[in-house]
Amino acid sequence: MANPQMVMYEEEFNQIQAIVDRLVREANAEVVFIIDKNGQLIAAAGDTADVDTTSLASLTAGNIAATGGIAKLLRENEFTTQFHEGERANIHIQLVGNRVILVVIFDNKTSLGLVRLRVKKSSEQLNGIFERLLAKVEDPEREAPFAEITDDDIDNLFND
Amino acid sequence: MSFINYLSREINCKIVFYGPGLCGKTTNLQFIYNKTNPDAKGKMISLATETERTLFFDFLPLALGEIRGFKTRFHLYTVPGQVFYDASRKLILKGVDGVVFVADSQIARTEANIESIENLRTNLAEQGYSLDKLPYVVQYNKRDMPAIAPVEELRALLNPGGVPDFEAIAVSGQGVFDTLKAIAKLVLTELKRGGRG
Repeated sequence: MANPQMVMYEEEFNQIQAIVDRLVREANAEVVFIIDKNGQLIAAAGDTADVDTTSLASLTAGNIAATGGIAKLLRENEFTTQFHEGERANIHIQLVGNRVILVVIFDNKTSLGLVRLRVKKSSEQLNGIFERLLAKVEDPEREAPFAEITDDDIDNLFND
Repeated sequence: MSFINYLSREINCKIVFYGPGLCGKTTNLQFIYNKTNPDAKGKMISLATETERTLFFDFLPLALGEIRGFKTRFHLYTVPGQVFYDASRKLILKGVDGVVFVADSQIARTEANIESIENLRTNLAEQGYSLDKLPYVVQYNKRDMPAIAPVEELRALLNPGGVPDFEAIAVSGQGVFDTLKAIAKLVLTELKRGGRG
């Protein structure tokens, strides 16, 4: 397969969650998300109650994919940063290590400059964690995570 | 690329509905959306033109139940079928775990079906996938239309490899869930195998 599975373990998840929790505080943001490039939500922090996180993840990934397509046409490697300014909400989207997407939603309680500064610091830390995570997933010694599932388990899911 | 989260105990997979323009990809998703229990689905997103043609993609998140304590979540996507949206189609195939090819059974659409399936093969190959190795099912849609090709003919043209295939009338829902179950099952079986082909 072209893509290995993305697997999230407790150890790395806790490290990632700590970074997004800190980013919400330090950037004075409303919400922070981490999404993989295929649109799966990995972690979230801040005031997520009013946000449809699944839709947001899918649309952001689509957005990054489209922007990546434009970059390719212009013979650019990637456009790693996007910023959309609204009347109340602003959104800062950062591609981290060409692997995951860091999304910060913020209002006028903070500034774009502060958000960019904090995002930069967090991106570096996240990049290291995802590199370690990927190495762990690709370790051939590690069993396929679902090897223990039986065909009956799968059949049972569809017996309704 | 499936995403397994040991913490939230979730398996997330991506299924793409592919096919020529107006073959009924969005209609498949709409029927699934309308017939699914509200707890099991998220919002359906359609990025469409003013004339309701898919511009970028439709998206429907769906929960299909639990396997050994893991929630199985499927993200269903459609591609825009119109030929000139090829750049967008390529993007949506990124990270795909399974493909449903929706064929339009009308005789007049034979060439469009063939062109679309070739386009699917090419676009998958660009991402390093092979249609022969990916979980894949075929749906012969619009079986209620007047001038349609016999299933045997469609099968010979579009499914020489003999993957699971289904007759469907997506507007009324016939065959829609059979198709979905078949692809979901293939994706989970692949996941069990380790998905490293």
